[in-house]
Amino acid sequence: MTKTIEEINAKIRSGTAVVLTAEEIIDVVQEKGSKKTAREVDVVTTGTFAPMCSSGAFFNIKQPKDKMKLGGGFATLNDVPAYAGLAAADIYIGATALPDGDPRNSNSRPGKFRYGGAHVIEDLVAGKKVTLKGGAYGTDCYPRKSREQLIGLDDMNDAFMFNPRNCYQNYNVAVNLSDKPIYTYMGKLKPKLGNAYYCSAGQLSPLFNDPHYRTIGIGTRIFFCGAEGYVVWPGTQHNPGAARMENDTPLTPAGTIALIGDLRNMSLKWLRAVSFAGYGLTLSVAIGVPIPILDEEIVRSVSVTDNELKAPVVDYSEFYPRGEGAAKIGEVTYEELKSGSIRIKDQDVPTGSFSSYAKAREVAQHLKQLIQNGDFYLTQWQAPLPGANTGKEATI
Amino acid sequence: MKQTKVVLNFPENIVEDPVTYHLIVDYGVQVNILRASIDPGKQGMMVVELSGEESQVSHGLNYLEQVGVQVESLAEEIRHLEDRCASCTSCIPHCPTQALEVDRESWYVSFEPDKCILCLSCLEVCIYSAISVKERLY
Repeated sequence: MTKTIEEINAKIRSGTAVVLTAEEIIDVVQEKGSKKTAREVDVVTTGTFAPMCSSGAFFNIKQPKDKMKLGGGFATLNDVPAYAGLAAADIYIGATALPDGDPRNSNSRPGKFRYGGAHVIEDLVAGKKVTLKGGAYGTDCYPRKSREQLIGLDDMNDAFMFNPRNCYQNYNVAVNLSDKPIYTYMGKLKPKLGNAYYCSAGQLSPLFNDPHYRTIGIGTRIFFCGAEGYVVWPGTQHNPGAARMENDTPLTPAGTIALIGDLRNMSLKWLRAVSFAGYGLTLSVAIGVPIPILDEEIVRSVSVTDNELKAPVVDYSEFYPRGEGAAKIGEVTYEELKSGSIRIKDQDVPTGSFSSYAKAREVAQHLKQLIQNGDFYLTQWQAPLPGANTGKEATI
Repeated sequence: MKQTKVVLNFPENIVEDPVTYHLIVDYGVQVNILRASIDPGKQGMMVVELSGEESQVSHGLNYLEQVGVQVESLAEEIRHLEDRCASCTSCIPHCPTQALEVDRESWYVSFEPDKCILCLSCLEVCIYSAISVKERLY
């Protein structure tokens, strides 16, 4: 028994589509089996809410009376540098960008990183205005050489988030084997296995539920920070050839997706600037991906549970920064990680996460509601993401 | 038996007096010092847990106020900003007293001021700036 996306969209239109979250489907499959579930369920929604550093936004700023070519010049928003190497009025600001005056880690470690690109994006989404400063060399067609002005989203023709890499399919569990605390992009790690951090929504995470990218591909419509967004490309560092378990899920970080969505429709509920002491800034984003239940095989993929998903435990004091020592000092399931403590080298290590499971659930529930209300339809991808046997690799 | 966690602020003129000694010996109050500091302006700050009979603790607190120590409840010193908190759980392995805790059914993080000892470990590890404390505690 198979279904098509057109058939599922027709059910959404008539209000009869059966939609469950990737968490809710687990019990249903256990009770009814995958065959019956494939017949009865039409869509499973996934969700995640976590810091994703490769995030940022493109803006096209309305021209002043004497026009100006920011391209080749410079632009800052609230003193945070934006990339201006584009056409006259297009700029890009990345989440991790810092103002020139930020002491970073130089005054005292750990640096605090109070304001940067992620906060500019948050401020704009909150409806605030930010100060644009621009400098240009001036041309016959763009005579203006400098500009300083408060601007908000209304002063822009276009504002869209474009994130080259989000939604990692699995991620490292970070620990510290050294005898000093360290400050990393995986948080503050106490010495001698004092704590462990993970960052995945596990059984709710989009790419864990579609391990071979059967339905998530280029052109897939998604829920993106409150807006409708799209998968536009495999994400940078997409690494589908990673070693996999029998259930097809990868044992290490593997697939990624590049995403796009209209910043004007995003909201602070689903997007937040965050600061990692001693490391820097990033942006937490909410992503929800619907998975059409086309057949039994997809039912098996979406019903994967935390005790069937494994993550590698990696030392961030020596191995990650320098490649010294063992690549992996252990392997744990997401069920173990979520219990609050994992066992590594005969030691009980308390765990914490940067991916919010509470918010991941909210995302999956919200997307479910949107689909049930007929406010969100599924799309067929236009091209697949490179799969496990395509030879696509990433060296990181 | 009464037990209470308070923040004591010592003005410059009494910073060198053995106030804690009097509290213990004269008033019979058990004093558990959780955190103490004297800043460069010579103002002192101490986070303590006071316990004893109801009357001992209240007489002890009266004594503190008489000698000029300003007593504040700990709950006024530190707040968990629920609208900023994303319940990511990054604070959980750093909180030594489980004042910050996650419900492993709902996965929401909550804060119990009574369990807090103002160690401020969470301040540094909360990426959402969802913990706010009075400036002078830094």
